[in-house]
Amino acid sequence: MKSSGSEKKKEYDKMVQNTSPKPKLLINCVKAFVVGGAICVLGQIIINVLKYWDFNKDDAAMITSMFLIFLGSLFTGLDLYDSLGEFAGAGSIIPITGFANSIVASAIEFKKEGYVLGVGAKMFTIAGPVIVYGTISSVVVGIIYFFFGG
Amino acid sequence: MEYFKAFITGGIICTIAQVLMDRTKLLPARIVVLYVVLGTLLTGLGLYQYVESFGGAGATVPIIGFGFALGEGVMKEVDKEGLIGAFTGGLKATSAGITAAILFGYLAAIIFDSKPKK
Amino acid sequence: MGTQVGTQTIKFDNMPKIVSHAAIVGPKEGEGPLASYFDQILEDVLWGEDSWEKAESKILKEAVLMSIKKASLNLSDIRYIFSGDLLSQLIGTSFALRPLGVPFFGVYGACSTMGESLILAAMTVEAGFADYCLATTSSHFCGAEKQFRFPLEYGSQRPPTSTWTVTGSGAVIVSKIGTGPKITYAIPGKIVDLGAMDPMDMGAVMAPAAADTIVSFFKDTGKQPSDLDLIATGDLGKYGSKLLIELVKKEGYDLTSNYIDCGMEIFDSESQNTLAGGSGCGCSAVTLAGYILEKMEDKEINKLLFVPTGAMLSTVSSNEGESIPGIAHGVVLEN
Repeated sequence: MKSSGSEKKKEYDKMVQNTSPKPKLLINCVKAFVVGGAICVLGQIIINVLKYWDFNKDDAAMITSMFLIFLGSLFTGLDLYDSLGEFAGAGSIIPITGFANSIVASAIEFKKEGYVLGVGAKMFTIAGPVIVYGTISSVVVGIIYFFFGG
Repeated sequence: MEYFKAFITGGIICTIAQVLMDRTKLLPARIVVLYVVLGTLLTGLGLYQYVESFGGAGATVPIIGFGFALGEGVMKEVDKEGLIGAFTGGLKATSAGITAAILFGYLAAIIFDSKPKK
Repeated sequence: MGTQVGTQTIKFDNMPKIVSHAAIVGPKEGEGPLASYFDQILEDVLWGEDSWEKAESKILKEAVLMSIKKASLNLSDIRYIFSGDLLSQLIGTSFALRPLGVPFFGVYGACSTMGESLILAAMTVEAGFADYCLATTSSHFCGAEKQFRFPLEYGSQRPPTSTWTVTGSGAVIVSKIGTGPKITYAIPGKIVDLGAMDPMDMGAVMAPAAADTIVSFFKDTGKQPSDLDLIATGDLGKYGSKLLIELVKKEGYDLTSNYIDCGMEIFDSESQNTLAGGSGCGCSAVTLAGYILEKMEDKEINKLLFVPTGAMLSTVSSNEGESIPGIAHGVVLEN
């Protein structure tokens, strides 16, 4: 007796679920928590130093993100951020340093295809969607706020 | 205390993303997009402000904080400029970050080469 | 001339021989358990080239030349080359063969390419269209990552089911005359898709295809697993192999006593951090051209069923929400 196509697929899916291990959630979460938290603490230290130097709150936040983006870029270039990502997962993808990592990693990977069509065009292959969806949602929020808010 | 709050807030935000990554097969790129959109919308609803005032950098350093900057920026600009602010506010507030990312990305491409994993 | 057996098996009556084999691998493969079987281990994955793609081409070209040299043949003795790789439009292979001037068939079977090129070479020799054909393939970890996954410096985390693409190329020469393991059967594989979706779990994608090819061979010929000394799949990895054994068992055949997977042999997954094992066209190719054929020459293995496995996906098909079909080609070698 042969089971039908979709039944066979369901059956196989069950087999795969039983055989293929899932990532170790608990340990991965602990690593993500610690590394993600630590990067945020670093951000807080920079903000506080800038505030101590009399920058206002907005400027301090802005300079902090620029500095973190610089650090993310540097560590990516030095071939260290990929190892951090392997260890920390979301802990190093979610902070703004991870945004920098996705841009720099693409930029240097595609350098061999030229500075215009390689670096220029492919720099945002991973990070591009963030800017697209971020910008669109900001416009949506802005329009709603104009008509219904304030 | 401020540092502790930043640590906890940032840690929790990253941990939620880790759970999504490991349990839903959502690719990191999709989770990052989800976070940005979520951050912008929560800020528009006036909710993320509470997270920010509690967590400080713990709320602004994760990519969801990029959404917060977009949302805050767009609302500030709408207050100042009216409807046109809805189109300028978001990128205006995040321009430094985006410019830094492009510039450092470009410089890194000049200086560094991709290296094989061990 | 060969005969058709059952539904898809070919029986070679003239039995083309594998008269030469060569394997060149990257540094990581050279630190693995099979290191002593490879002809050359590179110190650097770029091998003096300036891109992963050019490096892969060089590895393939050198493996081809080495296999010819080991057989004391000349380039002009090779009538046709059957080869392919993982890079789009087979640039790894076609650029490698550009300076050689040998008629060339480009084949694409994803990681099953070694099986496909070997079968086509054997059929061509069996039919009398060539005295010597060369079958080869290659893969490169960095080039495959760049094309199928992420840039190398991107900080992503690999799930435990993911595999590590082998950097290397294996080449074999199939001949009408001479000494060496004989190609006795070939089982060209079907595209099999049981709905697996996860590109980070290729073992689960390819196991049904491997099972289909292996079971077809047994059904077509009436043979049993115990008629063989060794059954070697390409790159199912730790978990894909378990699935294969289970799938084949459902059809009434037992693989537990003489089965290996090249992906599990080539690396020590614990110490080399390769998770489920090795993968890529090069994985089965270098394990065959290095380790397995050497064991056959030493008569430690006399009857082999070699089943390289491939996942027929592209980044486009995954983005468009398609499930991933698999394929596996079988070749029987006997002393």
